[in-house]
Amino acid sequence: MTSDTSRRSFMLSALAVAGTMLLPRPARALTEARARALVSQVVSDINDAIDSSGSQAAMIREFERIFGRYADVSIIARSTLGAVARRVSNAQMRSYTDAFRGYVARKYGKRFNEFRGGRIEVKGVREVKSWHEVVSTAYLPGQSPFEVRFLVSDRSGQDKFFDMFVEGISLRLSEREEIGAMLDRRNGNVDALIQDLRNAG
Amino acid sequence: MYVKREPLRIADVKVLPVIHPPFRRLAQATALISVVFVAACAGGQPDAQAGRGTFDPYEEQNREVHAFNRGLDRNLVRPVAKGYDAAIPDDIENALLRFSDNTSLPGAIVNNVLQLNMRGAIHDTARLFVNTTVGLGGLFDPASEMGMPPSTDADFGETLHVWGAEEGAYIELPVLGPSTQRDTFGTFVDFFTNPLRYVLENPAAAVDTGTGIGGGLSRRSKFSETIDQILYESTDSYAQSRSLYLQGRRFELGGTAGENYDDPYGSDDPTAALEDPYDQ
Repeated sequence: MTSDTSRRSFMLSALAVAGTMLLPRPARALTEARARALVSQVVSDINDAIDSSGSQAAMIREFERIFGRYADVSIIARSTLGAVARRVSNAQMRSYTDAFRGYVARKYGKRFNEFRGGRIEVKGVREVKSWHEVVSTAYLPGQSPFEVRFLVSDRSGQDKFFDMFVEGISLRLSEREEIGAMLDRRNGNVDALIQDLRNAG
Repeated sequence: MYVKREPLRIADVKVLPVIHPPFRRLAQATALISVVFVAACAGGQPDAQAGRGTFDPYEEQNREVHAFNRGLDRNLVRPVAKGYDAAIPDDIENALLRFSDNTSLPGAIVNNVLQLNMRGAIHDTARLFVNTTVGLGGLFDPASEMGMPPSTDADFGETLHVWGAEEGAYIELPVLGPSTQRDTFGTFVDFFTNPLRYVLENPAAAVDTGTGIGGGLSRRSKFSETIDQILYESTDSYAQSRSLYLQGRRFELGGTAGENYDDPYGSDDPTAALEDPYDQ
């Protein structure tokens, strides 16, 4: 009897130990190398997309793929809602995030052709607060080079970027302003906003 | 219930004198007095820049000006810029852009000196020298081709910032567009301290004004998609241009990076971190 109990408790603790070892580490494992690797991947995908001379629709699809794969769309979408994010249901949040992804892809994807013949180079990485900031330079034909900065975090469980700055202008903060205005126009009705967003961009 | 976002929260903003550009001499005198005033108020303020909110007490008037500017762009600037772009060959347009950039260098040098940024002043002076001589009066840009440092684009608004003046309220200026109280004042002083404009009687000044406008039109057509997107495609073009201007300007003046930006993932309070990082 006693041996049974102790065996059972041993098994339990063994399982528990194994369980903790298997759980994803909450510790900050994101390193400069990984942040740089992520952005290099994004940049190489973008450079490929710029080189392939597809139609505008193809460009938008490509941008949506890159954005969905390397950006933490849910935290970006959530933060553009601001305080409103507190009062929406999970289902609303899901459809909002989807609508937001499509909207961003259309709005920025259709500008991809401006990058034709250009390239982006990763210049450096530094740790800021709980994330890493990867600085790159964009060289576009006929324009002075400008800075593009990616903020990379692994707090979603994966290495993803959660904001992008072009010459100091944040995609997340600018879209927050825009979404705020769209919400104001609909008197704060999130469902109406989601509808609008599906057709915007 | 819909929660309206909190407006401004900069605690103590020094209101700089807003200048209406009437008379030139008088204005220059006022400028000097005001500089002293601004410098005096600025003393002893730690860094209220860190507030980073949107301080827009004149929103109502600003929105009127914005509506005017938008109409001006739609009816005049945009079509003229398109025509200009179509009529003038790209090479000439680029040459005029470079020329207009070159004429802004003396003012930038003065501001670098005022900011005690001697390295910047030397770089800009070297650039001015090379582009004015080898570059045939600034029509070409051999300085960049030789790999010289890019121009600093220093302006008096930046000088005021370096001296410790605060940003002040957001202002949208007629024709000139988004600004702040500090930058309005800076733009105004720059206009009168640009050495080329001192000689208004000189024909060179007329050329300068001409290429200035040409340069502006070139930029309007060059960035046409960006500007169109802001002015005609965003839901609230006023709020969007205000946000973009303040973000861009604060970046230029150095200080948007990291320190003023909050982690949207947050940790303790799941909602607090979702507030605008600048509002905290």
